[in-house]
Amino acid sequence: MAASPPFRFVGCIELLENLGVKAQDERELLEFLRRVPAGSVFYHTCGYFLRHRIFVGPYANDFATWTAVHRGDRVLGERLAVVDPFDFADPEQLREELISIVSDHLGHLRVPPRVDDGEPFHFVQSHVVEIPTGLEARTLAEFRDRLAEVEASAIYYHTVLARTRLGRGAGDFAGWLRGSLGRDDLAAAVERTDPYLSSLERVRSRLLDVLDAALDAGPAAEGREPAAPA
Amino acid sequence: MIKIDDYREVAPRGTVDLLLRLADRVRGRRFLHISATRFGGGAAEALQRLMLLMSELGLDAGWEIIGGDTEFYATAKAITAALQGEERVLTEEMLEHYLERNRASGGKLPLEADLVLVHDPAPASLVADRPAGGTWVWRCHLDLSAPERRIWNFFRRYAARYDAAVFSRPGFVPHLPIPQFIVHPSIDPLSDKNRELSRREIRTILEGVGVPLDKPVLLQVGAVDRSRDPIGVVNAYRIVKKHHDVRLVLAGGGGDGPESGEVFAELREAAARDPDIVALELPPDAQLQINALQRAATIVLQKSVRDGFAIGVAEAMWKGKPVIGGAVGGLPAQIADGVTGYIVRSAEGAAFWLRHLLNNPELIARMGGVGREHVRRNFLITRHLSDYLALLAHLTATPA
Repeated sequence: MAASPPFRFVGCIELLENLGVKAQDERELLEFLRRVPAGSVFYHTCGYFLRHRIFVGPYANDFATWTAVHRGDRVLGERLAVVDPFDFADPEQLREELISIVSDHLGHLRVPPRVDDGEPFHFVQSHVVEIPTGLEARTLAEFRDRLAEVEASAIYYHTVLARTRLGRGAGDFAGWLRGSLGRDDLAAAVERTDPYLSSLERVRSRLLDVLDAALDAGPAAEGREPAAPA
Repeated sequence: MIKIDDYREVAPRGTVDLLLRLADRVRGRRFLHISATRFGGGAAEALQRLMLLMSELGLDAGWEIIGGDTEFYATAKAITAALQGEERVLTEEMLEHYLERNRASGGKLPLEADLVLVHDPAPASLVADRPAGGTWVWRCHLDLSAPERRIWNFFRRYAARYDAAVFSRPGFVPHLPIPQFIVHPSIDPLSDKNRELSRREIRTILEGVGVPLDKPVLLQVGAVDRSRDPIGVVNAYRIVKKHHDVRLVLAGGGGDGPESGEVFAELREAAARDPDIVALELPPDAQLQINALQRAATIVLQKSVRDGFAIGVAEAMWKGKPVIGGAVGGLPAQIADGVTGYIVRSAEGAAFWLRHLLNNPELIARMGGVGREHVRRNFLITRHLSDYLALLAHLTATPA
């Protein structure tokens, strides 16, 4: 079955902008969390996908890593680390959750930990520059093959950005499988792949497993030639 | 001749195709770079390679050099030092001459472009006479987090007239009322400084500079001045030497500071008393020698107490070496503490982690491998190029 319109893979680059505000302690973190653009909240919770995971620190989100490593506030670090950005429809809801956690933590602290040699937290936001890859797919088999070869930033764009920043709740892959191919079962399976705390290559690998299983179950129906008998 | 396709072997999968697509998106827009020199220093070295790649991609990119006399360059150097927090004497006459020479350069150079990237302080006041049209961005490769106040007050008037600025990391940014973007420096994996070398090449090159390979080498590369703390490195080595038969190699040129000669003298004295301490004074173009030294090293140090981004760390990590570095400048941005190396704050800290690694050699290979992948993702020239082209796409409109 050929879908119309085809799925067009879009890659991206994140251009980083320093916002010129830095938090020296948890109280300032709370203050700036309330004021910075939503794009900054997004970057500090999801930006690790395009960086190298080990570069980020012990936790995936920058707020958690900073409070644990540079403020020595392990409890707040753990509480922030467990927040999954994919649980929220947009960065504003995510911001509210983070504010609520830091605020609650400070409410229970008599004296915030004093640390003199930690680095301040610099707020950064990202600007997404979209780059059409020229790859497109009309059938499930084509979709699988393009997904296997596309540059990793396209997986970031269609799964992470689409779901958490662009307001396309299920993500672009699931949206196309459901809307253009009528494959609700596959769309649901794709939605269930959990990107949080993973890497883009692992997300790719899990999605390919889902697609391969569907193609193996019905190759002729999915636009893939049946394998020749041995 | 450098070819964009050559990077398919070393950059992350799909990077070159993405660059080709991004180039298509910005084609037709003119991208002009302006700096004080084409040679000397990591920034000029990187820009030379970036220009070749932009040309390979068929982009309309140019690079202009401002002119100046001895007095202009001396003043620009003093401004650069003062902006990094050093005390310098700069008279009104010197500053006026700096402005006047840039005005003269501005009158001669073709400055029309969609995006003009002006590198570092020397040409920065060109912005005062910028032509109508085009987006002007100041690309500062320095750490301006604690500038000398009077010079910053003078210089800020010009920096604030740009449409935006680009710094190497958020911690380097002073207060400025314009958007500030972040672009990390990079290394070119195909340059003489970083390309693969055969064992024979390494042996031949190191024989040439007098470094035997009969025992593990601890290496620090960089200007020999107090900011890189080479004496602290010697002290760390002496602690380690009681337990491990290693050789310490300190390789680099003289630093800018007046104390560089003193430091060299102290190192030579230490080397005279211990044949396993080697102090190598290398010329600025010793690319292959540095490459061979980094590849031959067991562990690389960068125990700075003050530093810029120090992209040499990424060079060593690209060669699969764990790096022990100070908690300053761009070192924490490159070294993932405990994963690709260690961040230390004292000679004792450096000695502790050196011994830890030498006693657990499997960690050396593991950290080195992770470090190489870390550099592949974050510090190769292909990422630098895509950041610059993204800046061009973001800040300039599509031509009609």
